[in-house]
Amino acid sequence: VEASTAGAGPRALESRRGRRDRVGDVALYGLTALASLVAVAVLVGIVYKVVDGAWPAIHHFGISFVWHQVWDPNKDVYGALNLIYGTALTSFVALLVAAPISIAIGLYLTELAPGGVRGVVGSLVEMLAAVPSVVIGLWGILVLGPFVQKDLEPVLHDVLGWTPFFRGAPHTGGLLPAMIVLSIMIVPISSSISRELFLTVPQELKEGAFGLGLTRWEMVRGVILPYTRGGVVAALLLGLGRALGEAIAVTQVIGSAQGIHISFFALGDTLASRIANQYQGALTHLATASLVYLAAVLLVFSLVVNVAAQVIVKRFEIQRGST
Amino acid sequence: VSSLQASGSVRRRKRKNRAMEGLALLASVIAVGILGIVVVSVLLKAIPALNWDFFTKNAPLFGEPGGGIANAFVGTAIIVAIAAAIALPVGVLVAIYVSEFAPPQVSLLVRTSLDVLNGIPSIVIGIFAYALLVLRFKQSGFMASLALAIIALPLVSRSAQEVLALVPQSLRQASQALGVSKWRTVLFVVLPTTLGGIVTGTTLAVARVAGETAPILFTTTLFTNTTSFDPFKPLATVPFKIFTYSESPDPVQHEQAWAAAFVLIMFVLITSLSARYLLHRSLRKLRGEQQGERALARVMAAFARSGDAD
Repeated sequence: VEASTAGAGPRALESRRGRRDRVGDVALYGLTALASLVAVAVLVGIVYKVVDGAWPAIHHFGISFVWHQVWDPNKDVYGALNLIYGTALTSFVALLVAAPISIAIGLYLTELAPGGVRGVVGSLVEMLAAVPSVVIGLWGILVLGPFVQKDLEPVLHDVLGWTPFFRGAPHTGGLLPAMIVLSIMIVPISSSISRELFLTVPQELKEGAFGLGLTRWEMVRGVILPYTRGGVVAALLLGLGRALGEAIAVTQVIGSAQGIHISFFALGDTLASRIANQYQGALTHLATASLVYLAAVLLVFSLVVNVAAQVIVKRFEIQRGST
Repeated sequence: VSSLQASGSVRRRKRKNRAMEGLALLASVIAVGILGIVVVSVLLKAIPALNWDFFTKNAPLFGEPGGGIANAFVGTAIIVAIAAAIALPVGVLVAIYVSEFAPPQVSLLVRTSLDVLNGIPSIVIGIFAYALLVLRFKQSGFMASLALAIIALPLVSRSAQEVLALVPQSLRQASQALGVSKWRTVLFVVLPTTLGGIVTGTTLAVARVAGETAPILFTTTLFTNTTSFDPFKPLATVPFKIFTYSESPDPVQHEQAWAAAFVLIMFVLITSLSARYLLHRSLRKLRGEQQGERALARVMAAFARSGDAD
């Protein structure tokens, strides 16, 4: 009798614990799955809500909104071409400036910098990404702007004035300061991702190149860059994605003007800066919807750029067999 | 392979190598120099307005000089705290799902969604919050918290994933071999070892969203000139003060914008640097020098990627 009760005790305890564990397993699984569902739903919700909010304008202007130039709240006519041009031009030039600098920083941090310097410079470059863009914009408007007007633009005009890009009167604001501000934002992104990529190059390959008697630069060109080519493109695309969507700092420096200007000295506007500038002043239903339409165009741009970068990164990781 | 053949005179090749090394160094100097120029010019211009009143008083009613932006400090603190309180649990749960429970395909889907979410411009997230919530419930600090939580979520979740991935598989196996159930293993064996990493990852995300301005523009701008502690009313924020003051023609407001920028930049830099240091230490403790280094590089790249993506 004693033996049987002693045997039932632990078994009962065990089954109670077993039940609790089954419930616990299911509960934790359900909770975490729910959180993940929420995260995915937020992404879907953003796309849906933006298209939904833009719908009156999409319905009214159709796709031709994208290539119409006029943006006139008085006549309630809206088109995005000027802003798409402004976004594309400023981001593209900024990327052109930032790309070599970013790759060079990545190489410096992985191949050249001595141990102590590596950590310090690496975190300082990352800190540049942490500076809030409203602060960069404040600096851009009050420090960079006057410098651009008084010093940089006159020099550029004297040296490169024969090209169509550096003509006209110097301004404190405009496309050029916007490009500078955007390159400041691209560099930390692209350089920290490049650095991450360069760290994945196997030591044997690098040592093999040195064993063949190559200099460090020849090793970089012959081993590191070919090995990471796809990833570097992705790193630059992610930087570009950041520049396309930057609203605040660009709004502060670009000067919000209409029109398509070839000269970098001119004032301009981008998709994001127009939204940031005008959403409060939007009077009509159609004006608000048109601003949301701009956000939809911007969302498409940044989704295309980001997904392209993701695809390249994923393919790169699979190729290298490392995740 | 032919590109690996060394050709040309040794002296020329060495000279070219040195030139390229010099350029790489120059690029790093430029980046660090720009950070230095921004921080130093903010500091120099902030000094005249940095006084006790700046932190404890609100803007004077009739535009006379003096006063401060106390309401903005309070507002930003409340909004960011609520955003962190939302993003932390959700982000950690997502990370647990992705690294402990989900089948590979689903895990990939969730991780990709988070990466895409990370790349959405914050002004679009602001528009989303506006269209979904503000139009229905009017502006409030809480709406801003929700928008900032959406921005912080991929960052928190990403750093939690990275630390979870570093926990040795043997730890999980040992726990299960002792008959410990999955949920106990996850919550009481795996999670505690990653606590430091998760906390610092969240701190980094908080530092990042504290300076966000674009979502603020749509969610909490119609605040009054008094210090309010109610998150369900519009609250003043530091980034929005900087934004509006920077575009004002008044030099006194410029000074205050610089002072606010100084406080914001110091908060962001100090929290980021110390959190980064702690994260580095806990990653290294988990998995040794090299893998810890790589995990840190991945986390930091994820943060840099989103930037302060206004």
